Amino acid sequence: MSSSISLGERLSQQGVSRRTFVKFCATTASLLALPQTAVPQMVAALSAARRPSVIWLPFQECTGCTEAILRSHAPTLESLIFDSISLDYQHTIMAAAGDQAERSRHDAMRDNKGQYLLLVDGSVPLGNKGYSTISGQSNVDMLVESAKDAAAIVAIGTCASFGGIPKANPNPTGAVSVSNIITDKPIINVSGCPPLPIAITAVLAHYLTFNTLPALDSLNRPLAFFGDTIHDRCYRRPFFEQRKFAKSFDDEGAKNGWCLFELGCKGPETYNACATVKWNQGTSFPIESGHPCLGCSEPDFWDHGSFYQSLFPWERYKAKPGAGKGGPNH
Amino acid sequence: MSEQKSTDRLVVDPITRIEGHLRIEAEMDGNTIKQAYSSGTSVRGIERILQGRDPRDAWAFAQRICGVCTLVHGMASIRGVEHAIRSAWQSNAPLGVATGKHGPLGQSPMAASGPDGMSMPHPAMERGPKKSGMKHGPPQGRGHAKASSAAPADMAIPPNAQLIRNLMIGTQFVHDHVMHFYHLHALDWVDVLSALKADPTKTAALAGSLSRYPRSSPGYFRDMQTKLKVFAESGQLGIFGNAYWGHPGYKLPPEVNLMALAHYLDALSWQRDVVKVHTIFGGKNPHPNFVVGGVPCPINLDADTGINTRRLAQLQEAITSMRTFVDQVYLPDILAIAGYYKEWGSRGEGLGNFLTVGDLPSNGMDDPSSFLFPRGVILNRDLSRVYDVDLTDPTEIQEFVSHSWYDYRGGKQTGLHPWSGETDLNYSGPAPPYKHLDVDNSYSWLKSPRWRGKPMEVGPLARVLMMYANRDAQAKELVDSSLSLLKLDQRALFSTLGRTLARALETKILCDNLQSWYDRLVANIKQGDTRTFNERYFDPAYWPKEGKGIGIMEAPRGALGHWIVMKDGLIDNYQCVVPTTWNAGPRDPNGQTGAYEAALQDNHTLVDQAQPLEILRTLHSFDPCLACAVHLMDAHGNEQLKVKIR
Repeated sequence: MSSSISLGERLSQQGVSRRTFVKFCATTASLLALPQTAVPQMVAALSAARRPSVIWLPFQECTGCTEAILRSHAPTLESLIFDSISLDYQHTIMAAAGDQAERSRHDAMRDNKGQYLLLVDGSVPLGNKGYSTISGQSNVDMLVESAKDAAAIVAIGTCASFGGIPKANPNPTGAVSVSNIITDKPIINVSGCPPLPIAITAVLAHYLTFNTLPALDSLNRPLAFFGDTIHDRCYRRPFFEQRKFAKSFDDEGAKNGWCLFELGCKGPETYNACATVKWNQGTSFPIESGHPCLGCSEPDFWDHGSFYQSLFPWERYKAKPGAGKGGPNH
Repeated sequence: MSEQKSTDRLVVDPITRIEGHLRIEAEMDGNTIKQAYSSGTSVRGIERILQGRDPRDAWAFAQRICGVCTLVHGMASIRGVEHAIRSAWQSNAPLGVATGKHGPLGQSPMAASGPDGMSMPHPAMERGPKKSGMKHGPPQGRGHAKASSAAPADMAIPPNAQLIRNLMIGTQFVHDHVMHFYHLHALDWVDVLSALKADPTKTAALAGSLSRYPRSSPGYFRDMQTKLKVFAESGQLGIFGNAYWGHPGYKLPPEVNLMALAHYLDALSWQRDVVKVHTIFGGKNPHPNFVVGGVPCPINLDADTGINTRRLAQLQEAITSMRTFVDQVYLPDILAIAGYYKEWGSRGEGLGNFLTVGDLPSNGMDDPSSFLFPRGVILNRDLSRVYDVDLTDPTEIQEFVSHSWYDYRGGKQTGLHPWSGETDLNYSGPAPPYKHLDVDNSYSWLKSPRWRGKPMEVGPLARVLMMYANRDAQAKELVDSSLSLLKLDQRALFSTLGRTLARALETKILCDNLQSWYDRLVANIKQGDTRTFNERYFDPAYWPKEGKGIGIMEAPRGALGHWIVMKDGLIDNYQCVVPTTWNAGPRDPNGQTGAYEAALQDNHTLVDQAQPLEILRTLHSFDPCLACAVHLMDAHGNEQLKVKIR
């Protein structure tokens, strides 16, 4: 499953004949101390290797998550689709439309039963089936139908993971997350509005390489990206400890890169890797560019009050500089 | 009549390679489209969600309307809030908002209990007036009403902030337009599998004859072809699967197809780099950050953060990369490919009416004469006359719902200006799963906006025509020379091809302006002006108790407006009229079609109804963006579900 194209094809590209390929398998089998009867089996397995099928369903979304994966630089989307996966259904970039697009989805489900990865962005409205349809089918029906034979589901972005902005108060369309509907499949939430591109592709790469899901936190987010808060990994943390705060945009503190806590930064409550991985090939991240963290990878962050007012519990952070090391929960 | 319609209608759903959820139903006469019906099939409710929020937060919500043109709704929102505040200052309205009982502004959790006795009030509420250095500001304190006497300079968004916004908008356009062509539109014209038959050496010769772009060697194209060959022979075509390859509508020689495929992949790589302009100023892309009153990134050449020399160098590099790619790849490709598809210069326009709201100011948003993109209306393809547009006049811009899944209290036949807009959500379509919509009645989540009762096309073609009609020298030169190169007359602009060409030409204009905005930013910094924020806009003590604003924006896909009502420091009403509502909206009470519908009814005969390539070509020439926009409250504050999609 981890092979992008079959080894046989790869060798053939490089001018290696079928006969040589069979010989290679025989040699490998003997190196592995396998009986010669295993050779035909190995030839068959390696020749048949297919790129794992991936189906991406777009529901109540803004396409920001698709745009995010288009920004991924390691691996790039193009290297993924040429070498590692078969992206069989993705509205924004697929060539086919209409009936042919739906045929692609159905073919992929049939040919890769129990094997394909299902990616979902956007929430699903339960208020009325007519609130969101594709090809005349409601989002909830399409999700249930497509999830049935999926190996695993990756909810991409805060909308698919937790309901996101459509679910923000007063949730006019009755929007819910993927895990509110599908309960019998492994689901990984890669939250963020949008998620860090590399968090999306890394989850895919992990699955393709190790054929397992990565370790997850209590909200089913991959620990590799959601293990620490922004605050704990922020390069401006020393200014927080020194009580050096920007009091307004463009004031002395802002110009000197001091802590944005007093401008409402949600870094202390937000688990994500923006401060370490950063955005767009390590160029910057919101705090580095002078704006407080919105907390966009957390459930219901839209309803946590103004973006310019901190949630940090000052009562638990009295005393001297340094007492709060380890973040607000310590 | 309707029964015949439902049996004959051709359905294309999903329309892919767009943003959002779009469905087309077409009533055919043989293989010719007689009637086209455009339907937006998804709704979220963002404007409803905006109700009662802090106006300073609104941009983040509005921005999530769309992640493709990821900047435009955030920017329109910021401008709308600023406009509401500034209008109050200009009219000497009483200022100072009582915020005590409302959520965020009055409930600072830190106000009472900062650490070590530090005062931790809301940053803007207490500190704004003091630090702003304004002589005319009202005294501190909440709910204090005082007449404004702000000087024009006090009302200005700092020039640096304006330039940075223009740089971000310009980058959005260039990024969006190039990606639109290669990744959303090109596969309508480029047959990917035909590239397998190309001669890489001839491809290199062709590419070399078109441009100085360095990635044009025979070896480069051979590698590209090998990559495609391996991919095709794997039998797993992925995103290229089940497409219309081999359709007789594809006219390009294999060598042009191979070149275009190479540029498809080059553009994917290029876009990752140039979008860093947003990351530098806004911290990330998609969905960069903004702030009411300016921009969040400070300028400090002596710090390792914000805008410093390193950042300026990165910006210059990105701008150069944009100009190079547009000059050496995008424009030459458009002209080369258009040469094979000239018949598309005589179909796919339809309405003949064009509207722009204008954008890219050099002297603030209140002075449309300083805009790079002028504001106006062109009727019946007559470029000799440009009509003025008043966005506040209740009789000019109105939205209709006669064929949308909404109700108006005044009846389905009335039209409402956005200030008094209503959007009572009422899905009356067929229960999913359905085969056909009820096109005689309501059939879309989009409303039907009209200007003086007329349907309008918005977008790159409207802007280029408006610049042309206003005798913009560069636009005129670009249009005339392109048409002459293609041996087409001016009428060819009003077409599917004209729309795609106009998009490329305005990209060129924007690239050149990016450089001049950058140069002016550097010049300002050189003169010691590093200001990027006007705190008055951010501080509720300077806000009117009630205010109305319009945030206008030329988005890549066309004219955009956010009509915002602020009351007691909160969003009271929020209405968006967005480009794809103008273009993709359904019929109005008079049976007038929207721009998509009119375009598809303009001379569209399909070669094969099972492969409706022609429909995709014309729709994609508009660059559809269907992510929904949602109306929230009626004029009387009733809490009804009001939803609108663009």
